[in-house]
Amino acid sequence: MNRPQQQFDDLIAADERIEPRDWMPEGYRRTLIRQMAQHAHSEIIGMQPEANWITRAPSLRRKAILIAKVQDEAGHGLYLYAAAETLGVRREDLLDALHTGRQRYSSIFNYPTLTWADVGAIGWLVDGAAIVNQVPICRSSYGPYARAMVRICKEESFHQRQGFELLHTLAHGTPEQHAMAQDAVDRWWWPSLMMFGPPDAESTHGEQSMAWKIKRHSNDELRQRFVDMTVPQASALGLSLPDPSLRFEAGHWVYGEIDWDEFAQVLAGNGPCNRQRLEHRRAAHDDGAWVREAADAYAAKHEAAA
Amino acid sequence: MNAQYVLGLGDDCLISSHRLAEWSGRAPGLEEDVALANIALDQLGQARMLLQHAGSLLGQTEDELAYLRGEREFRNVQLAELPNGDFGHTIARLLCFSSYQVALYSGLAAGPDPALAAIAGKAVKEVRYHRDYASQWTRRLGDGTAESHRRMAAGLAAVWPYTYELFEDRHAEPVPGLTRAGWLSDVGAVLTAATLEVPADDGWHPTGGRDGLHTEALGYLLAEMQHLHRAHPGATW
Repeated sequence: MNRPQQQFDDLIAADERIEPRDWMPEGYRRTLIRQMAQHAHSEIIGMQPEANWITRAPSLRRKAILIAKVQDEAGHGLYLYAAAETLGVRREDLLDALHTGRQRYSSIFNYPTLTWADVGAIGWLVDGAAIVNQVPICRSSYGPYARAMVRICKEESFHQRQGFELLHTLAHGTPEQHAMAQDAVDRWWWPSLMMFGPPDAESTHGEQSMAWKIKRHSNDELRQRFVDMTVPQASALGLSLPDPSLRFEAGHWVYGEIDWDEFAQVLAGNGPCNRQRLEHRRAAHDDGAWVREAADAYAAKHEAAA
Repeated sequence: MNAQYVLGLGDDCLISSHRLAEWSGRAPGLEEDVALANIALDQLGQARMLLQHAGSLLGQTEDELAYLRGEREFRNVQLAELPNGDFGHTIARLLCFSSYQVALYSGLAAGPDPALAAIAGKAVKEVRYHRDYASQWTRRLGDGTAESHRRMAAGLAAVWPYTYELFEDRHAEPVPGLTRAGWLSDVGAVLTAATLEVPADDGWHPTGGRDGLHTEALGYLLAEMQHLHRAHPGATW
């Protein structure tokens, strides 16, 4: 085995961090770029379903919280693209890969936010699932990714508490508000379980990523952790979860069959909002092209003059 | 201090913030998404302080004032409610509005109403940043490409007639340092640096916002902003 590979393997074995200047296997680099880009894309596509309610937020306090949350997501996108750039790719190329469908984003954002309660359900369930997925990435073997995730996880847990509090207020409000909250949880529960990806038996990237310590736990382990954490929270909210077979056994909440056909359909581009989300993103990017060109032209002129 | 006056200043911030927040998820780049949201949040924070202050004089909460008044009861200047247009339009509106707010808050911070002075003293730091942000983009767009110059000039021409109203507040006591001449000198300096011309005064000075007379655009903004709150009378959110 060659020396750089040996050094890399030693660092991984010792649970130390790989830094941008370290040698790394091409597959490791490619896997990280794919994962970090997908994560960054998820942050910026994820702005859409929530921004959908900013102009209709029902109190000024909630409106401020929601604007700040969507802003945090843009900020997370920024850190993650910057972290990916340490691997020798450029943000604009990654955005191009998103816009042309060569890279993916989390499927959860292909569901619509139909009522105000969906904002709470996203905070509680989607951000809750994201935290369970992301906390282990704070120990990812790649340093810039791990450090970005530490900051992101802090903000996500804040968002999750805000979502819980929003739903709690609705669930303890008028009968109409309670029904709105229950309906949102009914629609978001199963898609949030799908956020952990296919069952371990069918996961394509899992094993190598575990060996490289990019990933620390399997999809099913993380999904179980999320369910165990969330079921008691649902009863604290006074809301039910749409799974009649949910039961407590041997220290865990056993959940029913996930509809993997639905997951496959959304992944294949046939979710309710896949086309809308990408079109919105492309339109924002295209509409902003003249602004970015102006900034470049201005910088070039004033650099030349300086 | 007269509650209607404070309400007008609060409405300016509330409506302007709403417009800026409409950019969320559709700005020309991620940095601009973050910055516009930041400014929208600052303005919303100012709106809440001002509406709470007005509300304490009127016996109403900030949400009652924001969500339960109709079009004719809003007292914001029309400039604040103008639709976003393209990024050049939005920057032109923000440059004009934030330059006005810097002078306004600087004057109020030293004024006789202690509650308003405290709000203005905090807000003036924020609006200086908003003005810097808008000034920098005005320069980049004005002195960037031929296309950006054309769009920035078009945005400026569209909002310019609405800037006269900023200095015609007949409900207000004069605020020291708040004059159109001073504002024009600040904004004019930015435009000159941006290779843009100060738009000519063609004599059209739309006005009436402080008396509840608005453009047609405000009704749609309020319909969207208020519908959920109004659909559930008495609910807590």
